[in-house]
Amino acid sequence: MKRRDTGGSALNRARKLGFSFDGRALTGVEGDTLASSLLANGVRLCGRSFKYHRPRGVMTAGSEEPNALMEVLRDGAWHPNIRATMQELHQGLNARAQNCWPSVQCDVMAVNDLLSPFLGAGFYYKTFMWPRAFWEGLYEPLIRRAAGLGRLPQSHQGAPHEKAFAFCDLLVIGSGPAGLMAALVAAKAGADVILCEEDRQMGGRILSDMAQIDGGAGADWAAGVLAELESLPNVRLMPRTSVFGAYDGGVYGALERVSLHMTAPGRTPRECYWRITAKRTILATGALERPIAHPDNDRPGTMLLGAIASYWHRFAVDPGRVVVFGNNDHALAKARALAADGMDIRAYIDPREVSADTPFKTYQGEVIGTRGRHGLHSVTLRHQGREIRLDADTLALSGGWNPSLHLACHMNGRPVWDEGIAAFVPRDAMVPGLQVVGAAAGIFSTHGALDSGARAAMQALDALGMHATPPDLPQSEDTPYAITPLWQVQARGRAWLDFANDVTTKDVAQAAREGFVSVEHMKRYTTQGMAPDQGKSSNMGALAVLADATGGSIPGTGTTTFRPPFVPVSIAALGAGGYGPSFAPQRFTTSDAQTRKMGAPMIEAGLWYRPSHFPRAGDRDWRCACNRETLHVRHAVGVCDVSTLGKIDVQGPDAARFLDFVYTNTMSSLKPGRVRYGLMLREDGHVMDDGTCARLSGQHFLITTTTAAAGEVMRHLDFVQQAYCADWAVRLISVTEAWAQCTIAGPLADELLGHLLGDLPDLPFMGCAPVTVGGVDARLFRISFSGERGYELAVPARYGADLYRHLVALAEGLGGGAYGMEALNVLRIEKGFVTHAEIDGRVTAFDLGLQGMLSQKKDFIGRAASQRPRLTGPTRLQLVGLRAVDPQSEITAGAHLYPGDKPAKAAYGQGHVTSVCYSPTLDSWLGLALVENGRARHGETLRLDDGLRGIRADVEICNPVFFDPEGGRMRD
Amino acid sequence: MIKLKETSAVAQLRLPTLTGCTLRALPPVRITSIAPYPGQMDALRAHLGGFPAPGEVVTLQGTDLVWAGRDLAFAFGADLPDGLDAFCALCDQSDGWCGFALEGAGAGALLARRLPFDLREMTAPASARSVLDHLPVLVVRRSSDRFEIWVWRSMVQSALARL
Amino acid sequence: MRLPCPCCGWRDLREFTYKGAADALHRPAPDDASGWDDHLHNRTNPAGETRDLWYHDPCGTWVCVTRDTVTHAVISGVPLEGAR
Ligand SMILES: [Zn+2]
Repeated sequence: MKRRDTGGSALNRARKLGFSFDGRALTGVEGDTLASSLLANGVRLCGRSFKYHRPRGVMTAGSEEPNALMEVLRDGAWHPNIRATMQELHQGLNARAQNCWPSVQCDVMAVNDLLSPFLGAGFYYKTFMWPRAFWEGLYEPLIRRAAGLGRLPQSHQGAPHEKAFAFCDLLVIGSGPAGLMAALVAAKAGADVILCEEDRQMGGRILSDMAQIDGGAGADWAAGVLAELESLPNVRLMPRTSVFGAYDGGVYGALERVSLHMTAPGRTPRECYWRITAKRTILATGALERPIAHPDNDRPGTMLLGAIASYWHRFAVDPGRVVVFGNNDHALAKARALAADGMDIRAYIDPREVSADTPFKTYQGEVIGTRGRHGLHSVTLRHQGREIRLDADTLALSGGWNPSLHLACHMNGRPVWDEGIAAFVPRDAMVPGLQVVGAAAGIFSTHGALDSGARAAMQALDALGMHATPPDLPQSEDTPYAITPLWQVQARGRAWLDFANDVTTKDVAQAAREGFVSVEHMKRYTTQGMAPDQGKSSNMGALAVLADATGGSIPGTGTTTFRPPFVPVSIAALGAGGYGPSFAPQRFTTSDAQTRKMGAPMIEAGLWYRPSHFPRAGDRDWRCACNRETLHVRHAVGVCDVSTLGKIDVQGPDAARFLDFVYTNTMSSLKPGRVRYGLMLREDGHVMDDGTCARLSGQHFLITTTTAAAGEVMRHLDFVQQAYCADWAVRLISVTEAWAQCTIAGPLADELLGHLLGDLPDLPFMGCAPVTVGGVDARLFRISFSGERGYELAVPARYGADLYRHLVALAEGLGGGAYGMEALNVLRIEKGFVTHAEIDGRVTAFDLGLQGMLSQKKDFIGRAASQRPRLTGPTRLQLVGLRAVDPQSEITAGAHLYPGDKPAKAAYGQGHVTSVCYSPTLDSWLGLALVENGRARHGETLRLDDGLRGIRADVEICNPVFFDPEGGRMRD
Repeated sequence: MIKLKETSAVAQLRLPTLTGCTLRALPPVRITSIAPYPGQMDALRAHLGGFPAPGEVVTLQGTDLVWAGRDLAFAFGADLPDGLDAFCALCDQSDGWCGFALEGAGAGALLARRLPFDLREMTAPASARSVLDHLPVLVVRRSSDRFEIWVWRSMVQSALARL
Repeated sequence: MRLPCPCCGWRDLREFTYKGAADALHRPAPDDASGWDDHLHNRTNPAGETRDLWYHDPCGTWVCVTRDTVTHAVISGVPLEGAR
């Protein structure tokens, strides 16, 4: 192999590119792929196979490549399984062979090849099944080390990737003659067209063969069409883009290689993961050439004939002395054309009778072997009962063509067998809105491609309600195609089907003998088609060999299921924009900047960020701060931003009626200016959420939800309203974002508010009133989640930051201060108030001791189910308090509870701990728990066992309200 | 007695530099949500002079009524006539939303990459509700190359990171 | 997958939240115990046409979607008033 002196339509010879392969410094030119530059440099051996570590060389010129998978250094890490045929060359590219050690020439694991008689199909299944105890310790690590092609980079800090959406009238996949023609017809009629092409250059096979169109070179015609498409504003050309999956609703997944061909891409995304939604789609993906399974057909230097033509025309790679082994008319025609163009074709071998009118020698026969240690030196063929050895550098195989119909089968469509071309072809309407044209549909002539592309475009336009006159097709060849299938050459030696996974014809026959006669079973037993190339060039051959072994027909044997992705897609591309801060939106309260300035560590609560605690100099740990903040609230006054609670504005003549329906208790009897605690159930009788409901005026309510359930509650309320009472005059809208709301809690709360408001309205407990704060209309609620006298003050969000600053300063002036989530949690546990730690989706109102809130006088969501027998009674886990028997002995949430005399086994479980805290108020560890028949067991002692953290303690069951059970502190 | 000061959600943010279009924060504006009660749509239309159907933007004497969801429009700008509350629920949303204008020849292409719906269907003036990743947005198309993107105040930073 | 919102037109699956079968639209009478068992727990799981409920989060519309579980065809989407 070497570079020709002239030619190479893809190359810009003026720009030389230095690169390295396996540490060797090599030179290519601009326009090369890694594969073409290696071939031009005479490198034939470029990898090792998966199982036997056999030498492997480039076989194809496209994304179907099974052999030339290598590691490429990119962003500081080696990336495995890069197909050299798809990696464009750039200055400084650093690649190395994979699956070999110490080098690709001398690979110690190649010993596997000598052991191959023992490593046949089903080897793992037979060997590693017993003894069972060996699995974890021995077999699994062993297999892990040996398995896989290449090694993943160990760093998770990936380079940038992007994801994007696109919409169009017509998506054309593939830019060969059929795709170009379809895109042109549709674009000229005004349709929005996206044309995707895997290769850097558009044109498909026109770039690699000598097709004449309109009396000139096909490539010139393609260039003209592309120029026209480019000039149209309704066309988007997407080269370097592989459409890899067809999904419901006209959605297609596509992977664009954005900067993988650049030396220094910087922050440019490496790849972009596109979701393209198309009203109509035309699949023009061409066909993939098949190799032929003959002995030693895996030797480097064995390539597909079409690939050799592609490297010759596009990349000016001279394959040296070539022997062609084909079984179809295309192969012979191509060999003639290449010879006429100057390729040194020594012989053409075909099992069919071949006309002798050729510039090279022809043999009717088969190739039965090859020689050469790391690359092909000679080819042995069988002709008229004799063996003939021919010296050759390259063996070109052409076993016919398989239409690339994968995408058409992604929605479980099964293709149909076409005897005439000995291949599967798509049926109509396998994917709604998708038409298959050209070689992908089994139409192999240039004229057929242009014609089917134009027709499909006309049909698509018709479906889109757009009109066009049928185009005049350019003149081109319309020669028929004839083939006599040759699935395997019967001769001694191993004949490869799947080159990447080392599956031979014998493996498939053995699988059939052992009973794996279904194609899906054979695939899994032999691993046929399970390598990165997914058997694109080998599945067809394997199932033909299976059909032969079972005595069945090919269509009767059937294909395996075609599933996305058509080409490998990196996880980094699929996850683009889905990790780090972009994993989910971040929500910041209006007090966020001030809170951070005060040094508070922030914790996530739902999507919100809230302060954990406010450290001060001298604090030993976070608990010091938490204790201080808790005691501020108990003894002075504390301030906390609670804007994250969901707030829903409910208005209308039927608002009260609606709230009666969604809450278990009655809200219609609430007087304006008053607030009530409310409980919502799901229709299955379990608690959905709790919160407050304030009646601002006769037809105007403001309800709150917990932070975490705000979205779920809004969806639920919308559902109830739209499903059951769409004609009620009630409207709901979230006002969570419109208001900033702060808690002021503690014995000095009134004093603080007096300073702020001047005139503090005389609000009863659970009252609310409009007030004016610093010249701003605000809302004041006298409610408490801490058990202290407390208020929540709400102002429009733009004033939230300033309000918080003032409140904190005033609280500090009164010997209190800001408190964070940790103190908030302590305060509520001391009072036995529940959160979603307790409302875990499995508890009922009865479980929480809130059965009194279930109105008997009205229907409400969840009422019927809440009365079912098993949702109440002594078998239920009920909310209780837990007090550590030794008050200083730590207890943990998530721990399970057992009788003291029983082991910590599930059978003896009595319940579990939902929340814990160290209470500085009571100088003790406290917990809330759900315990079987718990309310009847106050005073009993249980054993707490947290096997995960190794914590054990005795705890006493008690009333969940530890502090001020009468509630006088918040009420009076 | 103190006087509460306003804080802008966007003033301190550094807006991303985009190619082919410019992004700028819109000044705060009074936003009132209007949610007609069942059977009151005609009366409301008569009283108000119009009301947007899904995806519409209706302009009435300095006030834009922008469709913002099921049975919902946002009034941007001046005061609304009295007596509307007989026909609909009204709610002040001014502080809940932050707006950005995206303008320029490349604005449509940029947004089309980011939004999961067919932007070609928005013929200006038009409005749409959608998500920017998982982030709720109200998109208003003022002209072929001028868009307004409204997001929740708490999510402004996340929204910008996604443009 | 794409679903039709009566307000917004065809939208990507990511904009929707699934609830379950359209059975939820018919609430049994409060004292109909077996009716509630069916309502809450029993589903037909058809191979073919089915109706289920989806929330279009961006606009707040609940949609009753008719689709085919065999072909994956989405046939229609209507607001709940029109679905009962
Ligand atoms: Zn919608």
